[in-house]
Amino acid sequence: MSEYVLKLEHIAKSFFGIAALKDVNFGLRQGELLSLIGENGAGKSTLMNIVSGVLRQDSGSLYLNGEPYQPVKPSDATDAGIAFIHQELNLFTNLSILDNVYINSFKKYPGTPIIKKSAMAARVKEVLEAVDLKVPPETIVEKLSPGERQLVEIAKALSSDPKILIFDEPTTSLTTRETEKLFAIIERLKEEGKSIIYISHILADVQKLSDQIIVLRDGQITDNDKKENFTIQRMISSMIGREINQLYPDKTNHPSGEKVLELKDISQSGIVHKINMDVCKGEVVGMFGLMGSGRSELARIVYGLDPHESGEIRVHGKEIRGITPQKAIQNKMAFVTENRREEGLFMEFTIMDNLSLVSVPEKAKTKLKIVNNDSVKESTQGMVGTLKIKCPPIEKNPAKSMSGGNQQKVVIGKWLLTEPELLIVDEPTRGIDVGAKYEVYSIINQLASEGKGIWVISSELEELMGICDRIIVMGNGEIRGELLREEFDKESIMKAAFNQNGKEEA
Amino acid sequence: MRSKEDISKLLLKNIPILLFVLVFVIFGIFSPKFLSMASFSNIILNSSYVGIIGIGIMFVLLTAGIDLSVGSVMYLASASTGLLIANYHVPTVVGVLGGIAVALLVGLINAFCIIKLEILPFVTTLGTMTAGRAVGTWMTHSESVNLPKTITSLGSQKVLGIPMAIVLFLLIAVIAAVFLSKTQLGRQIYAVGNDPEEARKAGINNKKILFTIYMLCALLAGIGGIISVAQIGIVNAAFGKGEEFNAIAAAVLGGTSLAGGSGKVSGTVLGAVMIQMIQSGLVYMQVDMYIQPLISAGIIFIAVFLDSIRARYMAKAEARNIRNENLANG
Repeated sequence: MSEYVLKLEHIAKSFFGIAALKDVNFGLRQGELLSLIGENGAGKSTLMNIVSGVLRQDSGSLYLNGEPYQPVKPSDATDAGIAFIHQELNLFTNLSILDNVYINSFKKYPGTPIIKKSAMAARVKEVLEAVDLKVPPETIVEKLSPGERQLVEIAKALSSDPKILIFDEPTTSLTTRETEKLFAIIERLKEEGKSIIYISHILADVQKLSDQIIVLRDGQITDNDKKENFTIQRMISSMIGREINQLYPDKTNHPSGEKVLELKDISQSGIVHKINMDVCKGEVVGMFGLMGSGRSELARIVYGLDPHESGEIRVHGKEIRGITPQKAIQNKMAFVTENRREEGLFMEFTIMDNLSLVSVPEKAKTKLKIVNNDSVKESTQGMVGTLKIKCPPIEKNPAKSMSGGNQQKVVIGKWLLTEPELLIVDEPTRGIDVGAKYEVYSIINQLASEGKGIWVISSELEELMGICDRIIVMGNGEIRGELLREEFDKESIMKAAFNQNGKEEA
Repeated sequence: MRSKEDISKLLLKNIPILLFVLVFVIFGIFSPKFLSMASFSNIILNSSYVGIIGIGIMFVLLTAGIDLSVGSVMYLASASTGLLIANYHVPTVVGVLGGIAVALLVGLINAFCIIKLEILPFVTTLGTMTAGRAVGTWMTHSESVNLPKTITSLGSQKVLGIPMAIVLFLLIAVIAAVFLSKTQLGRQIYAVGNDPEEARKAGINNKKILFTIYMLCALLAGIGGIISVAQIGIVNAAFGKGEEFNAIAAAVLGGTSLAGGSGKVSGTVLGAVMIQMIQSGLVYMQVDMYIQPLISAGIIFIAVFLDSIRARYMAKAEARNIRNENLANG
């Protein structure tokens, strides 16, 4: 038997003449966790799609346990014992866990088309136990939290008893606690002798979990070594091809003390309770909390998307009653939403339409409200330049033609065109690579220097500590703590966020 | 301990049953005759064909599609059966099978346009609705077709004292329920309705699913049409007109979502009976004949409106309650 359970030799692939992968070689040993890191567009997905039978390489060969392996369709990979756990959840929310696991391979009473649940329930129970999810197989997926759904996704993959598991960014929708649980499951799978390929942008996780780390850049492996020899610094420089000395830009903003936004005793039963906070001109205020702590919900309330029962929202000292998104925009607020695919962008619309979406009323000054297209074009083109958005011509190409990092810049740019005085950004760097993150941080820093108030919501504590003047910690719909930049301390922030939540989940 | 919210959630989940009871009680109060056993078995008898067609429509709604052609299919199928028997003197069984074959042909055209030509279901079935009726009136020269005794006697037959139409209705409902909940194809219909793209990724043959549901819908519309004429004995040019509204309303009143992915056979059965109850109730109350359709349309409208409120409220109640009040006080 070969040393490697999976081996790739000289894999190359190009799309329309542009090389996506060039001479990729690596091997995966049994019981080993191999992390694959690289910026967006480095070729990670292409590579994994070849392994899982979605795409076919132009040249090169794959071997499973020393035998040649050439999948032509996804089910070939499943049959060969390779399971792929995708970043986005592929579950039917209206069906039960059991239905989801067996949707295309139900066991039936012999000779009839009638489903035999009893023949499958035991297996589903077994795989649910393997991922520590204590719900019956008949549970409808709709009733589960995003974290639990991720576990169902893994259970589904385990049901075919794979030898190799590929995880693509599995932690993006998980809370810290759920992430820890996932890592424990991954450890256990390794002990059982399963081999794992783990793809992630979160380098600390990669360092914690891996045995071996491979770095891809522009379709080539630029670094491949044992975990022990890697530092985060080395991962980053291999990923971007140059030394990065700092992850966050130097702060150049100066909070003025003049309040842009003030919240007084904002409450909504079941969501948030007596929230008091403010954001000053030129200040970057971070808000940290676990998923479900109420941080995004609070932002939605302030922006007028969701109702609140009591409390005051003041902008520049003036109370705004019955706030709606229209009033929020009139009062120079902007809200960059968490989920750019679903809420922030119209993927099929052109980049220009997306950029001009919110500011277009200002371009229609005549009586008939006819939009001045030249002016729209000029201002959107200007924004592309300001934010250094890398994209094809903006009038003709849809938003989906850009990479994740550039999509995020378009969402921010769309709001900047309204010249806001308060910018609320929810998870501004989720799912984008290190280089693009740095640019987003620079934009935030720049805006604050220009005197805008910025409220950043994030579940990445380190990023908040890197860019904020002040951090507010939320938990269970309440403010649990507030720290100034000089008091920033990872441990006390985490403690505040987890406080009491521990009891809730235990 | 059950909180107030749990109770309102429970009530909202069971709106079809609540509505059913409400309609029943209101008509019962206004017209005591309405409550008699005879009137009730009559209501079920009259709702049987709408129920059968409603079940067919529900299959289509489960995939977020629509079929407006069912009324015309009813007409075409029963007129063909009548013509085959009256003019060509074929045996009754052959006549009925011929009618059903015509219904399936319309289903095939619908499926072809929707799956192969990728025309929207709304436009496709709006077209076959108009074309179907045109073909029917051309075949019959707009004249009424009388059905022979062999068919009408079937309509008045009873099994164990239960009218044939009701027996068929229940049989079809049970088969449909088993099909949806106990077969792979049935479960996959829900999956496609939930997310067609994910269904494709999961290896489901979406085209096969769509083909199945449009064929089943046409089949059930044909059967429903023949069952209906077996009771009245005559097919006139307006037969089946507007039944698509009743059938869609039956499915939606029974909790089927127009957005796809949710709906139950039992709900649709309840919805069909409810519609008939409203219509008969208005007759019992001797409401002006011209106003009756207005009132029944109004009631159906309110019911569907309640359903959309329910969906919105449910989504809020289930997803957005993130704060644990007990924890905060403890």
